[in-house]
Amino acid sequence: MATTVPEHFQGHADHHGHADHDHKPSFFARWFMSTNHKDIGTMYLIFAIFAGIIGGAFSGMMRIELAEPGIQYLDIFARWFGATNPDFNSTLHVWNVLITAHGLIMVFFMVMPAMIGGFGNWFVPLMIGAPDMAFPRMNNISFWLTVAGFISLLCSAFVPGGTGLGAGTGWTVYAPLSTTGSPGPAVDFGIFALHLAGAGSIMGAINFITTIFNMRAPGMTMHKMPLFVWSVLVTAFLLLLSLPVLAAAITMLLTDRNFGTTFFDPSGGGDPVLYQHLFWFFGHPEVYIMILPGFGIISQIVSTFSKKPVFGYLGMAYAMVAIGVVGFIVWAHHMYATGMSVNTKMYFTAATMVIAVPTGIKIFSWIATMWGGSVEFKSPMVWAIGFIFLFTVGGVTGVVLANGGVDDVLHDTYYVVAHFHYVLSLGAVTALFAGFYYWFPKMSGRMHSEFLAHVHFWIFFIGVNMIFFPMHFLGLQGMPRRYPDYAEAYQHWNHVATIGYMVMATSLVVWLINMLYAFTAGRKAEDSYWGEGATTLEWTLTSPPPFHQFETLPVIEEAAHH
Amino acid sequence: MILGKTVRTLGEAARALGLYSVAAMAFSSTLAVSSAIAAPAASAVVPAPVASYTPLKPTPGIGMPVEGGIGLQQQFSKLGEYGEWIHDGVLMPIITVITLFVLLLIVIIAVRYNRRANPVASKTSHNTILEVVWTLVPVLVLIGIAVPSIDLIAKQYKPAPKGALTIKVTGNQWFWTYGYPDNGDFEVVSNMLNLPGQPIINNGVREVGSKPWDGPSHLEVDNRMVVPVGEPIRLQITAADVIHSFAVPSLWFKLDAVPGRINEKVLLVEKPGVYYGQCSELCGAKHGYMPIAVEALPRAQYDAWVLTHAGGVIDGQAKPAAAAAAAAPAMSPGAVATAEATEASASEATAAAE
Repeated sequence: MATTVPEHFQGHADHHGHADHDHKPSFFARWFMSTNHKDIGTMYLIFAIFAGIIGGAFSGMMRIELAEPGIQYLDIFARWFGATNPDFNSTLHVWNVLITAHGLIMVFFMVMPAMIGGFGNWFVPLMIGAPDMAFPRMNNISFWLTVAGFISLLCSAFVPGGTGLGAGTGWTVYAPLSTTGSPGPAVDFGIFALHLAGAGSIMGAINFITTIFNMRAPGMTMHKMPLFVWSVLVTAFLLLLSLPVLAAAITMLLTDRNFGTTFFDPSGGGDPVLYQHLFWFFGHPEVYIMILPGFGIISQIVSTFSKKPVFGYLGMAYAMVAIGVVGFIVWAHHMYATGMSVNTKMYFTAATMVIAVPTGIKIFSWIATMWGGSVEFKSPMVWAIGFIFLFTVGGVTGVVLANGGVDDVLHDTYYVVAHFHYVLSLGAVTALFAGFYYWFPKMSGRMHSEFLAHVHFWIFFIGVNMIFFPMHFLGLQGMPRRYPDYAEAYQHWNHVATIGYMVMATSLVVWLINMLYAFTAGRKAEDSYWGEGATTLEWTLTSPPPFHQFETLPVIEEAAHH
Repeated sequence: MILGKTVRTLGEAARALGLYSVAAMAFSSTLAVSSAIAAPAASAVVPAPVASYTPLKPTPGIGMPVEGGIGLQQQFSKLGEYGEWIHDGVLMPIITVITLFVLLLIVIIAVRYNRRANPVASKTSHNTILEVVWTLVPVLVLIGIAVPSIDLIAKQYKPAPKGALTIKVTGNQWFWTYGYPDNGDFEVVSNMLNLPGQPIINNGVREVGSKPWDGPSHLEVDNRMVVPVGEPIRLQITAADVIHSFAVPSLWFKLDAVPGRINEKVLLVEKPGVYYGQCSELCGAKHGYMPIAVEALPRAQYDAWVLTHAGGVIDGQAKPAAAAAAAAPAMSPGAVATAEATEASASEATAAAE
């Protein structure tokens, strides 16, 4: 994509350099009343890292408990949450609190804030040549609602939730376990957390859609937008259409719990399976919400380091649109075991398999982009290639699980856990790290250590595969999900997975050291530090970009081809 | 025995690599070995007189997970064998080939198109034929998968024949109950056996390993769900409190137990044996401690087992009047919901028949 950057614009940072400092508000106003998309993006990223550390610690607590059969540590964890002399049921309840909190934190407070709130906020305006988001104040409240939601979720861990402290319903919050099955305020706090985070996300989605439709620089047509912007646009539509359904479902949970309604209670004419339909009508688009921005990030990186334009740009953009559309009509493949009719099961099997086609287009197009390129294996590219392979593994097991008849043996086993961690923990998180190394110097103005970034990648790659690949075996052998304890035959692979967790955790230490290095000793980043392959608009700006960019809009040339 | 285990491990390794012909050979020999192991246990039971019943001793590795196993559990139902073939014979080879193909392309890129080997990048960004091919080929592959897959679903919904034995399965926090309406309507309450060295899970229940027929810990129960082997059984599954899921991997069976609904599905076990499963829907604190043990016995032993229960009558015999009267008005307080659910499942069965 060729861009014309007016000279006065390129020189902007220097020319008006003195003014930039004047534009920056004082510390409190800048960070607590922020309307600047880059500052809000930074806060989202810091928040996501913080939440990710907590959610990751919870998974560590689960893996150590699962290292061998029997219950060894849950009793200790129960005391951490404030239980005095927990009985066996409240000890076991801690397990359910851990899986619930891990799921909710990673989905709503780590991946989504980092992908959409963090990278989306930072780079959508930069990539389309806009000075900021369309609604800067709404952007601010989106962020603080997410924080409020997180606090509400953390509070839930310390109040009664049925058999013990905290909400132990699973992130899916299925009725009637979440209604009559969990007396006490914990589940209400959890539901309220989702309401707050959901409201924040809906506002964020409105903001992105408006920004992308109305604030593109002159000449930046829809079909010239970088694929990351496309991915955020599709994601924003998914959020806008699916989150209200979740809001409705969990509001009905609240009224069932507190005000005597019976939406999901058969004794009053309701149906527990109705909740599952509503939840997964949101929940399936949600998994694409978590991965689509990752697709966008990978497309930018692969193109940059192959020094080639993205192969089949239109196919790539519309494959994401297709994934988004089809993502809305496959939800009940999460419910094959609920006892649905034969025709429904056949339909959802067929519809689900269709998603493999646009996903395949994306994988092959990334490979074709690299094919014939002059590939430079800088850290973001290594992470991106890792993503392509790991996402392929997670994708093909998705094809296995799509089959309603095969799901009869794999549903709710560790095979499912392996599958969705390959697309999320190894897919979305790998994409996040790829994006992080790609843009960190742009955001901070400091270069990270390429050596440490590579070390981080390889240890992480080995670790996550050690954790999650054996889970396929456990699932095929029949080990159910959400179990704190298991038969001895499952010990071997569980043990391997727990060692894998320690390897993975080591890689995160390397990452934190790398950050420490970058901020203390990292050299200053140039404007376009990845060289000639980086062609999108953010590379025309300084690193970090000026507090307000594009006061004079850049003009994108007509003749550009992809 | 050791040989059999080695062969089985080899077979599974081969399966994981997608070498199916090798795996099939290894497997047929494993089957021979394992049936040789199973034979003495079975013959010990067969000559028992009708009136006495001792629980069946499970065969290690059959109907339960195996240490370090990497494939599906061995299957003991027609549907399971078909499903196993779809997974091992269709899906696994396809996904293995796809994954290795992607890996191969990445390796080629790393070798041929790195900066040193290829300093000047091509500018190719379109190739219509290529794009059409990588859209259409996956479509064809998916159709190839869909044909047997849809067929498997159709087979799973075949309703039970008239006169099939009905067993009512109810999920509770945190145990299963099994009702036998065709055998005098007695009910079996099934609790997991306590684990030695761990806190008491179920009060008044013995520890696992205290009886000679006990199977693996975490999976063995005090009272198993006993079924006749070789005949279709109509399982009607529901729950008393929250959602549970009745799952037995080696019988290719998983169906949710939903309060207010009765889910129905046919179970047909091909060989006598004990088949273990576990609750597969998060149901609260002791979700991990409500396993399922299905004991499939020849009809004569099944009848003997029935007679060990108070009020138990052999299937097909006239019921005593009192028992029949008690069975007629559904005994649970949620009778209305149950009746509705029965209607719903009946209409579903009709739909399946069409």
